[in-house]
Amino acid sequence: MLTKRIIACLDVAAGRVVKGVQFQQLRDAGDPAELAAAHSEAGADEVVLLDVTATHENRSTLIDTVRRTARQLFIPFTVGGGIRSLEEAAAVFDAGADKISINSAALADPSLITRIAERYGSQAVILAIDAKRVSAQARFQAYVSGGRKPTGRDAVAWAREATKRGAGEILLTSMDRDGTGAGFDCELTRAVSEAVSIPVIASGGGGDARTFVEVFDRGRADAALAASIFHFGLRHIADLKRELHDGGIPVRWPC
Amino acid sequence: MIAIVDYGAGNLTSVKKAFDYLGAQTVLTRDPALVAKADKIVLPGVGHFSSTLLLDQTGLRAAILERVRQQVPFLGICVGMQWMFDSSEEAPTVPGAMLFAGKCERFPATVKSPHVGWNSLVSSEGSQLFRGIPSGSFVYFTHSYRVPLTKATVARSEYGGEFSAAIECGHLFGVQFHPEKSGRTGMQLLKNFCEL
Repeated sequence: MLTKRIIACLDVAAGRVVKGVQFQQLRDAGDPAELAAAHSEAGADEVVLLDVTATHENRSTLIDTVRRTARQLFIPFTVGGGIRSLEEAAAVFDAGADKISINSAALADPSLITRIAERYGSQAVILAIDAKRVSAQARFQAYVSGGRKPTGRDAVAWAREATKRGAGEILLTSMDRDGTGAGFDCELTRAVSEAVSIPVIASGGGGDARTFVEVFDRGRADAALAASIFHFGLRHIADLKRELHDGGIPVRWPC
Repeated sequence: MIAIVDYGAGNLTSVKKAFDYLGAQTVLTRDPALVAKADKIVLPGVGHFSSTLLLDQTGLRAAILERVRQQVPFLGICVGMQWMFDSSEEAPTVPGAMLFAGKCERFPATVKSPHVGWNSLVSSEGSQLFRGIPSGSFVYFTHSYRVPLTKATVARSEYGGEFSAAIECGHLFGVQFHPEKSGRTGMQLLKNFCEL
């Protein structure tokens, strides 16, 4: 049976893992290569490395971090943050990434999705959407530039278009929930998951096991991503997977 | 030495990295002459079935098939396994290697496609590839087309119906999943291949 994936996300800045709350207040959380290996060992199904600074000057640092992290990681490895062109994607793939995640650059030029998918396959292209509720309604707007700029695009419509253009998965972050541990936005996740034919990774708000059960059941997520709950020893992935397994969610356990 | 055939398809470095980690001697190559001398051949792959056309255009196809006739162990991964069959619905005019009879087909519309993630296997006893790997183990898949069950199937998986997760016949091996991305289970499988 196809299992629900638990994905560990490492936000990196200048070669170090950091974590903020609602896209602010970055704190140091360790070495990316070491943390990636530790997460894999603990039972993470995938690792995502997101360059949260994503500046041009930091590009070579990022490539070096990707190479170091990939060397001893034998589970799927995604890299995102600041990838603006096919050439930048190629450099990340060459350094050992299995998939890339793109956000702002795809909104600016949606053909980028297709160009990367044609060269590396759709399975290698994750479209990341940072979505925020429009007032209290069940409508969601896509944001870019690390959540700083509203785009006016409806998140569900954008997910649908990206799928047509060749994206292989959607990484959907609720900006309202990011870093809070208060639970995923199941309404948002379900709206996107039912609108597209490709897997949806829910992100933002992961907390106790119950929040994961909810996003898999009610949110129809195929995978769930979390960062802060894994980094500071708040919760061990193995414990979370055991709890999900006991709660009847199909997960890779034991692994 | 293990020749990892480079035909421009995706995950070559991941596959090489995994063999390097196991201490195997490998070479990434698109040179038919090197393939003709290899002790073992690995054909990785991610992407479109039509990318295998490059094998025909470069003389790699002939070199691989000649070496396979000489009983050299061969492992096809993902599209590499699909290539071992007659053809694929993904690119109906592109010929496979025809080492096994059958056609790769699309997943039914009842399930999301591609099939992405960790799925469990039901494996047969006596497989060389699955030595030390218990039935029920999880491996990582990412694909939109699949090989139906055949007489050579040694591991099955289920997603919108059962399909071949692995095939094995003598010195010919194929896996639909990605052993290089399947954690300890995948590394054990690659180690088994190295030790053949």
